[in-house]
Amino acid sequence: MPGNEVIQGLGLDDYKFGFVTDSEPVFRTRPGLDAEIVEQISARKDEPEWMLKRRLKALRIYESKPMPQWGGDLSELEDTLRQTYFYVRPQEQMERSWDDVPDSIKETFERLGIPEAEREILAGVGAQYDSEMVYHSLKEEWESKGVIFDSIEDGLKNHPELFREHFGKVIPAADNKFAALNSAVWSGGSFVYIPPGVELKTPLQAYFRVNQERLGQFERTLIIADEGSRAHYIEGCTAPVYSTDSFHSGVIEIVVKREARFRYTTIQNWSNNMYNLVTQRALVHRGAHMEWLDGNLGSKLTMKYPSCYLMEEGAHGEIMSIAYAGDGQHQDTGGKVIHVAPNTSSSIVSKSISKGTGRSSYRGLCKVYDGAANARSNVECDALLINETSRTDTFPYIEIDEKSATVGHEATVSKVGDEQLFYLMSRGMDEAEAMALIVRGFIEPIAKELPLEYAVELNRLIELEMEGSVG
Amino acid sequence: MDNAPILNVAALRARVADEDLDILKGVDLAIKPGEIHAIMGPNGSGKSTLAKVIAGHPAYEPTGGLVNFDGEDLLEMEPDERAQAGVFMAFQYPVEIPGVSIANFLRTALQARLEDGEELDLFDFQELLMDRMELLEMDPSFAQRSVNDGFSGGEKKRNEILQMAILNPSLAVMDETDSGLDIDALKIVANGVNTLKKENPDISVLLITHYQRILNHVTPDVVHVMVDGRIVESGGPEVALALEARGYEEYRNAHAA
Repeated sequence: MPGNEVIQGLGLDDYKFGFVTDSEPVFRTRPGLDAEIVEQISARKDEPEWMLKRRLKALRIYESKPMPQWGGDLSELEDTLRQTYFYVRPQEQMERSWDDVPDSIKETFERLGIPEAEREILAGVGAQYDSEMVYHSLKEEWESKGVIFDSIEDGLKNHPELFREHFGKVIPAADNKFAALNSAVWSGGSFVYIPPGVELKTPLQAYFRVNQERLGQFERTLIIADEGSRAHYIEGCTAPVYSTDSFHSGVIEIVVKREARFRYTTIQNWSNNMYNLVTQRALVHRGAHMEWLDGNLGSKLTMKYPSCYLMEEGAHGEIMSIAYAGDGQHQDTGGKVIHVAPNTSSSIVSKSISKGTGRSSYRGLCKVYDGAANARSNVECDALLINETSRTDTFPYIEIDEKSATVGHEATVSKVGDEQLFYLMSRGMDEAEAMALIVRGFIEPIAKELPLEYAVELNRLIELEMEGSVG
Repeated sequence: MDNAPILNVAALRARVADEDLDILKGVDLAIKPGEIHAIMGPNGSGKSTLAKVIAGHPAYEPTGGLVNFDGEDLLEMEPDERAQAGVFMAFQYPVEIPGVSIANFLRTALQARLEDGEELDLFDFQELLMDRMELLEMDPSFAQRSVNDGFSGGEKKRNEILQMAILNPSLAVMDETDSGLDIDALKIVANGVNTLKKENPDISVLLITHYQRILNHVTPDVVHVMVDGRIVESGGPEVALALEARGYEEYRNAHAA
């Protein structure tokens, strides 16, 4: 009966991406992290000296910074990191054709539907397996227009000047402990350049798969959207279900130049043994437009606050996020908007769903510097609680140093009520169907922004999650 | 068997779950296919509780008696099973479901009635929806709005009537559908019930109301007066008129004596 909520654990069986592929890596570092490991990673990648120096410096910064005492529970993380493989190389080289990707790895991506999506709806695909990109391709149409979509390693090799101009400039190693860690051991991720005025009609997608147990995945992505360009980049992530915890800590740097529009979409569906601590930031220039669309479904703990630095007049930033926290999960997510220049505008819309013992936190910052005249920002965060044991918190930080700024903040918490459930059941839906419909309605304002295929998949995942939610 | 009641309520007792006192103290009521019954009563008489117990609201708990619907023991069924068996309740306070369009909501409700593995034909559904909206003189854009989200009182009632038209129940329980409505909204409900009744004369209707005024627009076959958890008088439409003239006081006093 509605109201008599017996909380059933979802069971890990419902996580359909939890399979393990039996593939032998060609190289991996020993567990744990020190300068020697950083040197090994750099040597494997045949990097220039300046990059090795940067890595070693970042390692010292990482070691000097304490674990964050805010956000989620990181008390077991140091133990986890001592056991973690910081670099696992799955194959000798990156391929440009699926045919050349080793069968076991290719099969993984086929099960995840990636080659099919590439054929049908994408401009280009990158696929990362453990620590390296194993596949990267861009449709000829875009390559001929000067678009670059490559692994980050090839970005460094083939476009050294462009790379060095921007790498680590948006997110310096000293930004936070995990940005420092990523800067020391980064491996894989994408390098993207959209030339001036080029408008990509279909999205680019990068897919991140962790297969190795106790792996740390540290992809690094650098995107430069040149003046007046438009593009959409999608990132998806999954991992097998292991009894030990894994670690993922990416850094995404984006430069959106004048009048350009860029959207970065994440559908994170890690297994529930994953720490997911990611730093994502965009510098937005005059009249440009940046959108983060962030879907966080999986992981044990996610701490992620995509941010927009509105650097020049008329820049606009948007952050839309959905977080789903099931039993034992903590989604500590939100967004940051920093208004530096006049007439900049931003909006954050954050929706979270907590089920069972799940916990979601909205953590956001809106900062307006003195001189950012007429800056406008609006923050809306809505939380939906499914069970009595579910939890949500809101931590909005607002710092305004400019008198003419207009900032709005609105937060709501709702609980799926017995009246709502009864209303739907009295129309013939069973309790799980009713619950799924309420949740779908709740996320609809953000789900409708996703490409259709992803919206359908998101709804399907939510339905699957809701099946175990009622007794 | 044509004259067998579709709904048979006998000696029904019920209370708010976890409370001691019964609100319904032995209700008897039989409705035959195609009949319109009105239950009138003062606030707190239990008439709305009766509607909720029939629909299976989880906050109410039957403590005795039986409710038989079309040969089945209704009290043993979940609310969704009752709906699928043909019971529909128009809510006094319809609930908001933000982000879910009326069309999507109705499609999900119809899909829920199909066997596992069977898919609702979307073309057929669209046709049915348009047809029903035309019958009820509704603008097609109405179906694209989120269920009851920001609706006026009249729009909420309109939505209840549309759901009734799509789900095509054999028993419609209108729970104080006319409370707090202006005369235009009241006419929406009355016209809706009359239109659907005309199309399908076999629908039975149980109209629960505090006021006589809706009965100027929907003509009941039987009018019951409910006071303090029991039906104290039943008769034709004249009962309602007499009640309008005299008020509930007399019944209360008689009952108390």
